Amino acid sequence: MNLFNRVLGREGPSKEVAKERLRLVLVHDRVGVSPQFLEVLKEDLIRVISQYMEIDDASMRVDLSGSNNSVALVANIPIKRVKRGLIAKTRRQEETVPR
Amino acid sequence: MGEVIVVTSGKGGVGKTTTTANIGTGLAMDGHKVVLVDSDIGLRNLDVVMGLENRIVYDIVDVVDGFCRLKQALIKDKRFDDLYLLPAAQTKDKTAVSPEQMKGLCEELKQEFDYVLVDSPAGIEQGFRNAIAGAEKAIIVTTPEVAAVRDADRIIGLLEAEGKEGPSLVINRLRHHMVKRGDMMDIEDMIDILAIDLLGVIPEDEYIVVSTNRGEPAILNKNSLAGRAYRNISRRIQGEDVPLMPLDTEPSLLERLRRLMGFSSK
Repeated sequence: MNLFNRVLGREGPSKEVAKERLRLVLVHDRVGVSPQFLEVLKEDLIRVISQYMEIDDASMRVDLSGSNNSVALVANIPIKRVKRGLIAKTRRQEETVPR
Repeated sequence: MGEVIVVTSGKGGVGKTTTTANIGTGLAMDGHKVVLVDSDIGLRNLDVVMGLENRIVYDIVDVVDGFCRLKQALIKDKRFDDLYLLPAAQTKDKTAVSPEQMKGLCEELKQEFDYVLVDSPAGIEQGFRNAIAGAEKAIIVTTPEVAAVRDADRIIGLLEAEGKEGPSLVINRLRHHMVKRGDMMDIEDMIDILAIDLLGVIPEDEYIVVSTNRGEPAILNKNSLAGRAYRNISRRIQGEDVPLMPLDTEPSLLERLRRLMGFSSK
């Protein structure tokens, strides 16, 4: 922004604003175009997390949530039980790591 | 066997019809057999942009309804012997033609012509579905504005879902002085956002309005900046490797003086 504009109180170049707004709106649009997208993602999440804990996949929710300048993937995954076997295994691994 | 190319955009008013008319004329200038299909049923415009509105007898709906043969509905261009227009119907609506009928029509046309250019209506409803039904390739027209780019992105997604691969982009109405001062998205910005191949860039040019007023595509005027850009695009479609033209050309002093005095060729 040059001095002239600053004195007049004008704002800076608007191109960056346009790009940023587009980037955010397209995240929503692209996911929204295919409702399967979040479904497939959800199934993959269930598969991975199930190796570590028992989850209530019927009441699990995966959504996009947007605020002013960011979009976040928000997953709400109710846990029923953490698998004991795996905890024991990771602990054993920690103990065998040479100091 | 010819090629069917749809010109589409999602958003209205970004220059689909102007682009179709100019590219089609450009291909005909190079000796190809070309037919322009106006698929915007109810809001036909390609005929006026081409200056052929007084010659329409039959239209696309007459053809699919069997009121006339396909050849009877084709209107021959004033300037080029191998350039034809298949006009849309003005009194019907989008449902008068189905995607299957459109597909059949394109199949028939590409037996006769080297290039079948389909001008798509705005929107993503049946008119758009019809326009893309018979097309192998798609040209997406957009302008450097948030709304137009957003709609273009949606269209690219829909084309992908239909299994139409590799659409290419025409950026229309680029205002170089605005890009230079940072108030308009640049070519790279838009390619980066939309992630598709660039076919060409059309600079903002007042002559487009004049050419539409007269019904003569701008590509016929060598002095028109937009016309020259369309010429480059039509050569790229034929497989030629044409570099992007420099856009930072300000009108010369003589040209500005001419315009001031009202003697401009533009």
